[in-house]
Amino acid sequence: MEDFFTYSVILGIFVATFKIATPLLIAATGELVAESSGILNLSLEGTMTLGAFTGFLVANQTGNLWLGLVGAAVGGGAMGLLMAVMTATVKVNQVVAGLALNILGLGGAFFWYRSVYEESGAVAFPTVDRFQTATIPLLSDIPAVGEVFFDQHWLTYFGVLMVPATLIFLNRTKYGLELRSIGHNPEACDMRGVGIISRQYTAVIYGGVMAGLGGAYLSLAGGNQFFDDIVAGRGWIALAIVIFGNWRASWILAGSLLFGFLEATQLSLQASGVDLPYQLLLALPFILTIVALVLNRSRSQVPLSLTIPYHRGER
Amino acid sequence: MADAAESGAAAPGENILVVEEVTKAFPGVVANDSVSIDIRRAEIHCLLGENGAGKTTLADILYGVYQPDEGRVLLEGEPLELHSPRDAIEAGIGMVHQHFELVPPMSVIENVVIGTPAKQWLDLTEARRRLEEFFADYDVEIDPDAEVGRLSVGEQQWVEIFKTLYFGVEILILDEPTAVLTPQGIDELFRILRRMRDEGLTIILITHKLKEVMDLSDRVTVLRRGKVVGTVDTADVDQRDLARMMVGREVLMQADKAASTAGEPVLEVDEIHLASDTGRGSLEGLSITVGSGEIVGVAGVSGNGQNALFDAIVGVRHPETGSIRIVGQDTTESAPHRIATLGVASVPADRIAQGLLMDFSVKENLVLGNQRERQFSRSGILNRGQIDAFAAESIDSFEIKTPSASQITRTLSGGNLQKIIMARELSGQPQLIIAHQPTRGLDIAATEYVRRRLIQERDRGAGVLLMSEDLDEIFQLSDRIAVIYDGRIVAVTQPDATTLEQIGMHMAGASDAGQGSP
Ligand SMILES: Nc1ncnc2c1ncn2[C@@H]1O[C@H](COP(=O)(O)OP(=O)(O)OP(=O)(O)O)[C@@H](O)[C@H]1O
Ligand SMILES: [Mg+2]
Repeated sequence: MEDFFTYSVILGIFVATFKIATPLLIAATGELVAESSGILNLSLEGTMTLGAFTGFLVANQTGNLWLGLVGAAVGGGAMGLLMAVMTATVKVNQVVAGLALNILGLGGAFFWYRSVYEESGAVAFPTVDRFQTATIPLLSDIPAVGEVFFDQHWLTYFGVLMVPATLIFLNRTKYGLELRSIGHNPEACDMRGVGIISRQYTAVIYGGVMAGLGGAYLSLAGGNQFFDDIVAGRGWIALAIVIFGNWRASWILAGSLLFGFLEATQLSLQASGVDLPYQLLLALPFILTIVALVLNRSRSQVPLSLTIPYHRGER
Repeated sequence: MADAAESGAAAPGENILVVEEVTKAFPGVVANDSVSIDIRRAEIHCLLGENGAGKTTLADILYGVYQPDEGRVLLEGEPLELHSPRDAIEAGIGMVHQHFELVPPMSVIENVVIGTPAKQWLDLTEARRRLEEFFADYDVEIDPDAEVGRLSVGEQQWVEIFKTLYFGVEILILDEPTAVLTPQGIDELFRILRRMRDEGLTIILITHKLKEVMDLSDRVTVLRRGKVVGTVDTADVDQRDLARMMVGREVLMQADKAASTAGEPVLEVDEIHLASDTGRGSLEGLSITVGSGEIVGVAGVSGNGQNALFDAIVGVRHPETGSIRIVGQDTTESAPHRIATLGVASVPADRIAQGLLMDFSVKENLVLGNQRERQFSRSGILNRGQIDAFAAESIDSFEIKTPSASQITRTLSGGNLQKIIMARELSGQPQLIIAHQPTRGLDIAATEYVRRRLIQERDRGAGVLLMSEDLDEIFQLSDRIAVIYDGRIVAVTQPDATTLEQIGMHMAGASDAGQGSP
């Protein structure tokens, strides 16, 4: 325990906090936009897995990581499109659609991975030459701060930047205002001539793209392989973080970092021989979410029509 | 579009909008049956008809919400194809709906901006300027930054109206806009409407209040069971004629009542204070008593604590100080279901949010809250036969227009929703009835029926607390009138010992209007 609190260990925890938070942050800010339009996309886990795979596949085949990111965005976006078709057009129950797509994403990714790599008889696990951290000149030389804030992956900077971007989009643009209004009362928006379906498509596809990119962080930056359990519950945690964050971008950042910090701490503790049950940590974001919900009960910002499909003229 | 009149395409008085043999059916009902109407440019045209006659359906067709099964609509002589409200807005048609189409968690100004061609980068200063001008021009005091869900129903109605005017429409459809406005508010609105008509706007107004029709309209079209009974010039008819056209028989427009003497108090509210943390108003030491066998009318401009008083009596909120006794029992801290079992019936002002489960059937809503009663269930199992019988009886006596008792409540017309609540609450011989705007949106026959029923309940020995902004209703029904202002009762009097004007002054907060205090 003594040597656990050394400078380098603590610094390491802070550096890892951001790394662990990145995929959560990217997926959760995307889901925030989707949910703002009234559609709960429960398929994040499957979407992230598929994104992790399509990103990996493209990068592995072309040797270009940036093309890999495009592949992840396309894979995630396609999942988002499917979700939008089912919920905004066909108006299937959103929970059912989300759970079904989740299975499709997980199963699809494994199946595709096997059909590309295992049948070709490759012996060693395929890998990519993963992203290196993008060191920001000068700023990264600042002691401690530089290492924590300015020596991270591009995707990490991107995730953090998406917080103010989402905030501004939702609160300062007319499109964002209308999107949030649809999430609260689609009928009122329809009666104002606001196109509901097109906006829901945009929001849900965007959410899918972001989940895909979050997944790609795991296979192209955080790690350099694709494997079955690569997302390991992060999709569900991202969903919990949106609730924990009370549908506000700034709190979603806080939630992602808190979770990153807890997991980083747990990992270092484990490394130094202190054994904390891993399940407890997985449960933590959900427990925290429940606590946050209880404390925040009266000020919930949940979109009032979340999961309720809208049919014009049904009164 | 706005200068069409000047360009000579159509002068005032010519037909601007023509409805030709429009038919629209829903499962089990023909809501509009070969309806033909012409609307003239720059007129105020009232649509009149009983609850469920098809007024809202017709308005919805003109606004692109529904497409007619048969027939067509012509605008300035050209066929008008409306696939959505967007098309209607583009054609210069605006509509204020019977039920609010607001986004409650958003501010007034945000609600106004939704759907307007504002710039993507939200700059609300222009919208705020226009809105403040509007409000100043028409003497309405609403904070553009207030959260809409926290406004009173009357204020929300103004937001709805301004939101539609903001589009700059040429034809304005208003579906029962006066149902929740104060008498002053109605005068104000009518002044605005007349002024806009004189400036060339065409107005289609749906209302149940014959006085309003007479005051305001140029022509009236009466609908009955989906069909047009006729279109007449307002100048050629009186209220009685209109009532006969609507209902098909003579209607008594006065509810007669005998004098009554109040018995034991059934409601004693003593000096209660309630903070306004939920946006439903506050109470500042309010006291009021209702005896058995009397109707106490609470007059007041909405937003002066009526909602808070309602909440406190039915037990959804508890006062910080003071006490409430119902039939002699202290209920200050009691839960709503406990209070209901004492024989308290309540009719809330917002029927959709508080009175009904819109996705449940009509019969389920008719027994809602009473489902545990012996009559309707045994050991937790619902007695379907009894429920069906009760539903059939209620549908019959209140003339609730629905294809069947199993119909999903959402599809009923506005007035019929109100009838469900009234039927439910007046069943089971309540000792105390708290009625907040009980005749909101009811047609004249139904209004007459509900008022008669309230008097019957009184004669049976129930105490009635009637909160209404309709002063005619208050004067007609009340044995005593109390005026609520700023969370307090500021005057209590007898209807024959006062005048509309005096009550109006108390409602506006004048302290020396010359009446006794509680
Ligand atoms: N979407 C719908 N589905 C099924 N039935 C409907 C639907 N909309 C309207 N109706 C039925 O059509 C009839 C006419 O309804 P409408 O709302 O037009 O009446 P209204 O004249 O506006 O009555 P009110 O004065 O009570 O508002 C009613 O019987 C109603 O139940
Ligand atoms: Mg109606």
